[in-house]
Amino acid sequence: MAVAGQQSRASHSFTLPDLDYDYGELEPAISGEIMKLHHTKHHQTYITNFVKALEQLEQAEKDGNAEAIVKLQGAINFNGGGHVNHSIFWKNLAPSKSGGGEPPEGKLASAIKDEFGSLEKLIAKMNADGAALQGSGWVWLGLNKDLKQLAVQTTANQDPLASKGLVPLLGIDVWEHAYYLQAWTDYKNVKPDYLKNIWKVINWSDVSSRYEANL
Amino acid sequence: MSAVVAKFELPPLPYEMNALEPFMSKTTLEFHWGKHQRAYIDNLNKQISGTELESLKLEDIITKTYGGGNAQPAFNNAAQAWNHDFFFHSMTAKGGKAPSGDISGLINRDLGSYDNFVKEFKAAATTQFGSGWAWLSLKDGKLIVQKTANAVNPLVSGETPLLVLDVWEHAYYLDFQNRRPDYVETFLRELVNWDTVNARLETATAKL
Repeated sequence: MAVAGQQSRASHSFTLPDLDYDYGELEPAISGEIMKLHHTKHHQTYITNFVKALEQLEQAEKDGNAEAIVKLQGAINFNGGGHVNHSIFWKNLAPSKSGGGEPPEGKLASAIKDEFGSLEKLIAKMNADGAALQGSGWVWLGLNKDLKQLAVQTTANQDPLASKGLVPLLGIDVWEHAYYLQAWTDYKNVKPDYLKNIWKVINWSDVSSRYEANL
Repeated sequence: MSAVVAKFELPPLPYEMNALEPFMSKTTLEFHWGKHQRAYIDNLNKQISGTELESLKLEDIITKTYGGGNAQPAFNNAAQAWNHDFFFHSMTAKGGKAPSGDISGLINRDLGSYDNFVKEFKAAATTQFGSGWAWLSLKDGKLIVQKTANAVNPLVSGETPLLVLDVWEHAYYLDFQNRRPDYVETFLRELVNWDTVNARLETATAKL
């Protein structure tokens, strides 16, 4: 609640969302160690830096400093994008006991069949595109709202999928921090193995909700 | 009739896998050199096989395939193969801290002081968003600190790199997890091979 109009508008609304499951509950697909670091360090850092950049933006606007305002856009986009993307990601995942890995049903299932031929073909495409992505980024299942069509699309770094004109339904983080600590234990062939296994914990129910909400 | 075919080989590390411990673990180097760099070279060889690129030097493949940022497929593997070799040679056990030799004078002349070099290099390395590299390079005879994204390196802009730090997450994740600033500080304090930097500087100056 604002007090006498003096409070910074930036600091109140962006906090680390809680997960709907414990860190270890996505094992063996994603290790508890990775989940904890990913959530409490990486995502939190995006939020911290996002808020800082927004506070600096507010000050630059007060100062009428156009150069500073423009310069801050990079930090706002990177860190804000990181917050947006990871917030979606946590909801896209679920332990198998809560439905993770259970194939989609209803409208989304039909749309996947129409667009890609089968769920297996969609998964194969997302895995191939995710594996081929150079550097850091995400591989998405998105919705073109105008055409009412599903599409697979990659984005670089923390660029939001909206920048490609698509609504994000399902995002898979392929930054190295998303899987690297399992390189030694589980995933000898690191990125491809991570992609192959993450489907066991994909929360298709959440993906369906996003799809239907945007039709 | 048949051109000389240069099949690139994985160059050996200039030290044992455990030589940089405790600052860079044996495990990290086993992965970084043994899997990542090896993959770039294997994939590059597959990509250039039977093409006009296969008789070129690695540096020439890089500049030829860069395409002003609209890179051909082989660019990524070629540049990353080069960058990683340059990186591994940029380190040594009992390295780091302020240099002696010609590089020291240039740092003072062009970057103000060693402390200022550290400040600029740390900033470049920690603000490279996503994957990339932080460099100390010569540009028109002057030292500059710069950062590049993904596989890009100063060769494509006609600059001369002298020192590099890999800031792709795979370079530091096993040892530092998300703590990139700690990794950068450790590199500067313990690992920089200033002898190699001076040798690269001498080669570059001789060409001028």
